[in-house]
Amino acid sequence: MKMPWEILVVDDEEVMRESLAAWLREDGFVVDTAAAGAEAVAKARAKDYAIYFVDLKMPGGMDGIETMMEIRKLHAEAAIIIITAYATVDTAITAMKEGAQEYIVKPCNPSEISLLVNRIIKVKNLQRENIILRKKLSRHYSFHDIISKHPKMLDLFALIREIASLRSTVLIQGESGTGKELIARAIHYSGDRAERPFIGVSCAALAETLLESELFGHEKGAFTGAVAQRKGKFELAEGGTIFLDEIGDISPKLQMDLLRVLQERSFYRVGGSEEIHVDVRVIAASHVDLQEAVQRGTFRDDLFYRLNVINIHLPPLRERREDIPLLARHFLERLSHELGKEVDDLTEGALRVLLDYEWPGNVRELENAVERAMVTCRARVLTEEDFAFLNYNRPERRGWVPPANMSLEEVEKQVIAATLQRTQGNIKEAAATLGIDRSTLYDRIKKYNIPR
Amino acid sequence: MKTVAVVPVGAVAAEVLAGIELCLGRHFGLETQRLAPLGEPEFAWEPARQQYSVIAIMRELLRFCPPHAVRLLALTEKDLFIPMLSFVFGQAQLNGTLAIVSLARLRQEFYHLPANPPLLLARACKETVHEMGHTFGLTHCLEPKCPMSLSTTIQQVDDKGENFCANCTIVLRESLQLLRTREVLRTEEQP
Repeated sequence: MKMPWEILVVDDEEVMRESLAAWLREDGFVVDTAAAGAEAVAKARAKDYAIYFVDLKMPGGMDGIETMMEIRKLHAEAAIIIITAYATVDTAITAMKEGAQEYIVKPCNPSEISLLVNRIIKVKNLQRENIILRKKLSRHYSFHDIISKHPKMLDLFALIREIASLRSTVLIQGESGTGKELIARAIHYSGDRAERPFIGVSCAALAETLLESELFGHEKGAFTGAVAQRKGKFELAEGGTIFLDEIGDISPKLQMDLLRVLQERSFYRVGGSEEIHVDVRVIAASHVDLQEAVQRGTFRDDLFYRLNVINIHLPPLRERREDIPLLARHFLERLSHELGKEVDDLTEGALRVLLDYEWPGNVRELENAVERAMVTCRARVLTEEDFAFLNYNRPERRGWVPPANMSLEEVEKQVIAATLQRTQGNIKEAAATLGIDRSTLYDRIKKYNIPR
Repeated sequence: MKTVAVVPVGAVAAEVLAGIELCLGRHFGLETQRLAPLGEPEFAWEPARQQYSVIAIMRELLRFCPPHAVRLLALTEKDLFIPMLSFVFGQAQLNGTLAIVSLARLRQEFYHLPANPPLLLARACKETVHEMGHTFGLTHCLEPKCPMSLSTTIQQVDDKGENFCANCTIVLRESLQLLRTREVLRTEEQP
């Protein structure tokens, strides 16, 4: 059975409009008509049509080219066929330059128009099929709402499955927005604690005393305002998992308390004397490098080793760029439902912008960018222009400030080391990125003693 | 009584009319009633194109549909057009009452070949079945042998058959069933 594609016929002449519509209806299409450009634009605003037949000459108001340009603003990839009674090279060039997919001179042979419509519909069917396949692919690359096809992430999914049912403490490290909490949830919900609670605590959000009470609970009268006994997050997570986000920000006292919980599996409520035993799996996360914090002396080494039983490092989005189209389309699909706005896809241009951007805020920033673009877009496809705001956020626009007291040689060394890390030691790729030849790169690696 | 009124627009050969009436009985199980021929449709003549506007003729024909007829089929020797296309073999109202078939481009003489009456009748039957099919809600069929497949050249008309494919037969049967039900209800309502 043919899919009911919809076509809009725009012509000021009723006979022309209605006879073409009738002819197309016989072919099984659902056909709408508009007698003027403004009416056509209003109809296009309400829905996108598979094909727009637009007459070039419409007296008064918008002509065919203006109508086409307005429709293009709404639907960047609309298939528009300009109809004219007079074939001139100038009008044909103008129509094609302004984005008409085809230009036909009436009257035309029925087989010509039939071939033309079939060709466009064939492409539309392929696009529709492509969207369905992409959705299927997106589900294939999804693991507990974490979307990736990057080899490192796929290895990580396998690791999560292996460790999910263990009680070992997990430390997740990665930049802000890389999805540390999603990984923690994936571990919890993949294991045999899935039916028990998953309790998340943001350690950075609370002052020391409040955090202590939040984690361990308090007895009535333990401090001003403690009007009743209250269970802490550790107790609430009994049998399940507690996720301690931004653990690097907690005070030395709390570090000690946590160490005790991890060693003894027990604690005291604030102001309490009864020892409370819990069976809770601890998953901690930090955006700062805890090993460095240990070396600086701001984080206890014994707590670090207790937490770091299983270490997971989440790569930043710029190191797994192949996930950007996959993630962008995943957010697009989800947000279409949430925002109640039908947006089907992103253009190649839009994807290029997303792939070129550095994403300092990682996956969270990408999600926010897609949402912002969807809120302001007026078409069913997100274009390069919808992501124009990203250009203003580029680091080079803000101006790059080198760290203080760094020599030029040190800057060069760090840039080369970072590039090699990003290319995973691929000399050819790193040399191309840095804009130098391979022999120069080898010289520098030797000079600065950079590990590969 | 379910009847298709058949009306010639201008002069149409009697043997073609008779053949098409038989064809309507074969494929739709409907009786036919021949109406008096309509005069030459000069009102539809378009000098710039040297053709007749099918839209103008159809507008005129709507006034001629007898109240008891479920469909009106018009046949003409005139070459027909719609503004967008250089010609049409015929035209119909989708799910409507009116269908028209032009014999002009079904004749071998149009292609500077000797006349071939049996071929003309065969082509006319296929196009009649096609246009009448539209009035029963059938749209173009992807099966090339089905008379509901779109023909934009005479070769395509010759390549297709006169009998509906399995899918179109089902849709047509349902449509005819609906017509019969309506007929029964209409008869029962009458005192």
